[in-house]
Formats: sequence, C-alpha cells, structure tokens
Amino acid sequence: MTTVIQIDDLWKEYRLGVIGHGTLTKDLQSWWARLCGTEDPNSKIPVLKGQEKQIEGDRFWALRGINLEVEQGEILGIIGRNGAGKSTLLKILSRVTAPTQGTIGIKGRIASLLEVGTGFHPELTGRENIYLNGAILGMSKREINDKLDEIVDFSGIADFIDTPVKRYSSGMYVRLAFAVAAHLDPEIMIVDEVLAVGDADFKKKCLGKMGQIASQGRTVLFVSHQMDSIRSLCTSCAIVENGLVQQKGEDVERIVGDYLGESAGNLESKALWENREDGLYHPNCKLMKFYLSDSAGNVLSTTISRYDDIHINIEFWVEQVDPSMIVGYDLMLKDECIYTSGMRDEQESSWPPVAIGLNKIRSRIPGQFLNEGTYHFIPWGTLYKREWILKPHIQDIVIKLAIKGEMSKSPYWTGKRKGMIAPVNHWETV
Amino acid sequence: MDGRKWDIIIKPKTGWFDINLQEIWRYRDLIGMFIKRDFVTLYKQTILGPLWYIIQPLFTTIVFTIIFNKVAQIPTDKIPPFLFYMSGTVMWSYFAACINRTSNTFTANASIFGKVYFPRLTMPIAGVIMNLLQFAIQFLLFIGFMLYFMMQGAPLLPRLWILALPALLLQMALLGLGVGIVISSLTTKYRDLRFALGMITQLWMYATPIVYPLSLVPEWLKPWYLLNPMVSIIENFRYAFLGTGTVAWSYIGTSWAITLLLLALGVLLFNRIERTFMDTV
Repeated sequence: MTTVIQIDDLWKEYRLGVIGHGTLTKDLQSWWARLCGTEDPNSKIPVLKGQEKQIEGDRFWALRGINLEVEQGEILGIIGRNGAGKSTLLKILSRVTAPTQGTIGIKGRIASLLEVGTGFHPELTGRENIYLNGAILGMSKREINDKLDEIVDFSGIADFIDTPVKRYSSGMYVRLAFAVAAHLDPEIMIVDEVLAVGDADFKKKCLGKMGQIASQGRTVLFVSHQMDSIRSLCTSCAIVENGLVQQKGEDVERIVGDYLGESAGNLESKALWENREDGLYHPNCKLMKFYLSDSAGNVLSTTISRYDDIHINIEFWVEQVDPSMIVGYDLMLKDECIYTSGMRDEQESSWPPVAIGLNKIRSRIPGQFLNEGTYHFIPWGTLYKREWILKPHIQDIVIKLAIKGEMSKSPYWTGKRKGMIAPVNHWETV
Repeated sequence: MDGRKWDIIIKPKTGWFDINLQEIWRYRDLIGMFIKRDFVTLYKQTILGPLWYIIQPLFTTIVFTIIFNKVAQIPTDKIPPFLFYMSGTVMWSYFAACINRTSNTFTANASIFGKVYFPRLTMPIAGVIMNLLQFAIQFLLFIGFMLYFMMQGAPLLPRLWILALPALLLQMALLGLGVGIVISSLTTKYRDLRFALGMITQLWMYATPIVYPLSLVPEWLKPWYLLNPMVSIIENFRYAFLGTGTVAWSYIGTSWAITLLLLALGVLLFNRIERTFMDTV
C-alpha cells in the first residue's frame, strides 16, 4: 500500500494575545541586533524536545511533533477534544497555513472542505457560485461544465439553482457546497466537521458519497465529533490530544471507546465510589468501596459503549460477623427499579464467605443484556428483617453508568431499540 | 523528504523567489471567476455603477483646471489645460486603483484565504485586470474630449507613440501590483500602514507630473525626481496622445528598472508572508 500522506515531526506555534504595534518594535529590535551581530534580545531559549509545556509566555504550541502516515484508500477518522489541534493539522495539510517545524509529503491532489461554501458570494446565483467555488477548489471551467448536472442533482436544490445564494437557508447552503466538493475527484479529501449542519438524510448522503470516494481508491481524512459517523465510515482512527497523536490504529471501535472513556476524564467519571471520610461505621459491615469493572477487574468509566460483562464489586470491612448480614445493590433506570440483588440470593452453598476484616465480593451481569440508557447502581446493606445497615437512596451513594451505542455486531442493529432490556438472543432453525 | 516520491512537500520555509507561475496559470479560470464576481457585484449593487467612473475624473479635472491653471497659473506645456489634467488623472486613477485593490487583498479576503488553498497571487492579478475596465471607460472619455479639442483647432499632435499604450498599462499594472503587495504584506502584521497608504498615494501624486509638466521641474531636482517610475509613464502618455512631453530613453529605462525592483521586492515579501499570514491577520 502506498503512503499518500507522510507527516514528520510537525510542530506549529501560535502567538498569543494581541499582535500589534508591540511586535513592530520587537522586530526592529531583533533586526537591529542581528545587523550588529549582537544577541537577539527576543530570541527563544532552546528547550529540550519533549519537555516544553504547551504554553510558554506568549507562545502556544498547537502541534507538538505529530508523526502520522496515511495509506492510499484509508478513511482516517481524526477525533479529539476541542482545542486538541485537529483543525490546525488540517489547515496545514490544506496549505492554508505553514508549519513552524517539520515536513509533510503528499502524493496526489488534496481537496479540503474546512468550511462550507468557501467563497460563496451572496449576490451570485447558485449556478454561478458552483463555478466560483469549483474554481477556488481547483477545478477547471471545463471540469465544472462536464459535471454541472451531476452537481446540481446531488445537491437536491435544482429548483433554486438560479436564485442568488443570499436567499438560501443554511441547509441549502451546505448541500450546494458539499455537492461541489464531492465532485472534485481529488486523490485525497479532507473534511472538517462540516456535516453538523445538514439534516439526517443529507448526512447519510454525504457519508455515502465519502464511502464511495474511498472505495474508488481515494483517501479521506475525516474530522468529526459524531462518533457514529466515525464508526460507520472510517477504516482507521487517530486521537489527537494536546498537539500530539495519541494513538492511531485500525480498531476504530476500541479507539473511539478509549476516546469516550478518556473524555470522561478523571476519577469523578469512573464508575467508582470510595468511602473516603471513613463514615458509615457499622460493626457488621462498613462499606469501603463500590465499583463496576470488567472481567479483568479494570474499573469501568461512567460511559461505555459495547460491553461484555459488568461486574459489580463491593468491598466492606467487618468487625463482627453476623450471618444475617446481606449486602447488595438496586439497579435503577429512570427512577424505576429494574431489580435488586443481594449476596445471599442464591442457595446457601453458593454464598460468598464473610470473614473479619476486609471482604471483597462481586457479582456479574451478563453482557448484551441491558439496553442503552443511564443506569443508577445503588448499594445497600441490611441485617435481614432486623435493621438497615445502609439504606438505599438515603445515603445518596450511587454509581451512574451510561450505556450508549454498539449493542450488537448485527448490521441490522443500529441506534437505540425500544424496550427496557436489550438481550441479544440467539435464533436458529428448528 | 524525497522529492521524486511526493507531489507536494510542505515545509516551514520557502525560497526567497519561489513563485509558482505554473500554478497561477493552472488557476487561470479562477482569475476569470474573480473578475466576473467583482464585475457582477459592482453591476448589481449600484445604480449608477459604471457612471461613477466618468463623473469622478471629470470632477477632478475641472477642479484641477480651476485651481492649478486659472488660479495658480501653472503652465501646461502649451496643451489645453483641461486635456492636460485629464490625461494625468486618467492614468493616475488606474495606478491608484491597482495599489488600493492589491493592498487590501489579504485583509479583505482573510475569510477565504483562511479556509481553502489557492495561489494567493491570483486575487491581486484579478484585481489589476478588473481595473482595466475602469481605465477603458475613462480612456474613452479622454479620447472624446481630445477629439473635441482637436476639432476646435488646438495644437495637438498624436504620435506613433500611441502604440506604446499597452506597454504603459502593463508597467503601471506591475508597479501597482508590486507596491500593493509590499503594503499588503506589511499591513497584515502592522495595521497602521493602512492609514499611511492614503497619504503616501497623495504625496506620490504630487511628486508626479499630473498637475504640472516635467519641464517645470528644476534641473538640480531632476535626477531625484526621475526615480519616480510614474514620471516617465505620464509624460510618455501625454507625448503620445497630445504631442508634447519630455521623453527620453534614459527616463524610460530608469522607470522600468525601478518598477521591476519594486515588483521583485513585493514578490519577496509576499513569499515570506504568504504561508503564515493567516496566523496574524
């Protein structure tokens, strides 16, 4: 597979603050110093690579050493938080601005759609703007002539094509702009979050067209915040964070999952509760920790997409063992209790043993069972039929878990289904 | 980066004189589109539109005639004063328009430049060509008056130099482009220069034989005076159409040399600025 884009150690710096008459004096100063052979008072002190903070005085490093290779025919989804550097990267690739350091090699023609309707002039009609926009994007007049009918057709606004563009709604605008860009026939196409404006129908059309472009052996770079689009279209995915490519790979699922999990961020967004103030004392059971994990024991984040099994883990401290002590949890969905489960629900032989000291128990919910939604796991503890050790809903201890997306590998299961649970049942011929 | 393997290589710096003329040629349809766009805008947005192109030079010429000829009594090389001033005004208008348009390019079009790549020079080039329309209209006005005066018996003698008009226009275009780009490149960073532009243009006009003939300039000043490339252009124009004016090959030579120098300076600055101006504009 040929590499069509190769980015080597790309750095981009921006100046913060107001750029104005202050810099004229600085520039003159520097120039004079250089002329005299003395030291430039405004030069930067070289810092070891990898040790720069992103912001240094009035300079901001938007990109800090990006290394990336894109193969022909790849549909690369670029995701990352706002301010990570995605748009800057695209701007440099589109040659709208230049890098501060590093090089990029490109094979083939690039067409960028960084904004919709670039260069649309309000006074001109849709048709005239097709010519203008097409020319700006690099098509020759002849090319546009040949493709005019296709473009008008794709846009779906043939009736309005001869009205001045200032009369268009934003949806029509997007349709026309994308229609022109889609027919550019570039070898590499770069799209930056432009689909947010169109309706679902149009989005489908665009994604379809991008998929078509890719299947013809062209390469697409797609920046979006809509994970569904990324999942359905992209063959590979890269996360950009703080000016660096954090990871890139072909397992789009996993990478998107990582990104979502991470964008939930810190401890607050992990499905975990810890007894930090050392409260909730009870001789028979003092709740220490309550968390959700996968089968390997890793704490889940509060938003998960596809999941296998969920394990509910409870850790508690016992000073005196009491056989009637039960600890468990309620599972709530929108204030309705789906079920409650306790450690002594099964027959006695299956109960986990309780000893003095720290006890760690867990229970498994099967994967592919719960439907999409936000669940509340609420722990409780009780001495059976005698007293509450930890009454649910009173103490306000809760773990929220949002399940969203990718319920099944079936191509016919996309989007949220009705129903409170969503088991993936097996079907077979009798 | 292996140059043979890649079609485009993006690097932090370019060479000093790197203009990709091939690329500009490839985008020639775009230049046509810009011209068309500006023309349509002009036509659709104003009522009198093209008429202003006539009213303005007429007005200026009349004012000049009254002030400089009647009141200040400045001689005009034996040419009817009205024609003298009009010839200067018409030529100067084109030059001033070129500078104005070009120097505005980056700041006025920052939004397009920031979103899509196309050779930046296409815009000023389109502007300079677009201005020819304005010149054409004013030129016809001038010819009209010239014929009128000739029929009245004025001592006018159009010469073969008329054929040099395209060369004069080209030179003004290049000069306007060069100076405009210099100013444009500088104003992306230091906006103050934009305000200075108006003053610079005005002073320049007075340093050119628009309201007085070259013959009036004292000998000791001439060497410095001739460093102004517009001097030769204006005098040549008058000589060609009206018959009198000071023309010499050395003047033309100096004029072209300075024009090319300014153009080179413009291109130089432009290259340094082009790729990163979007960050500071």
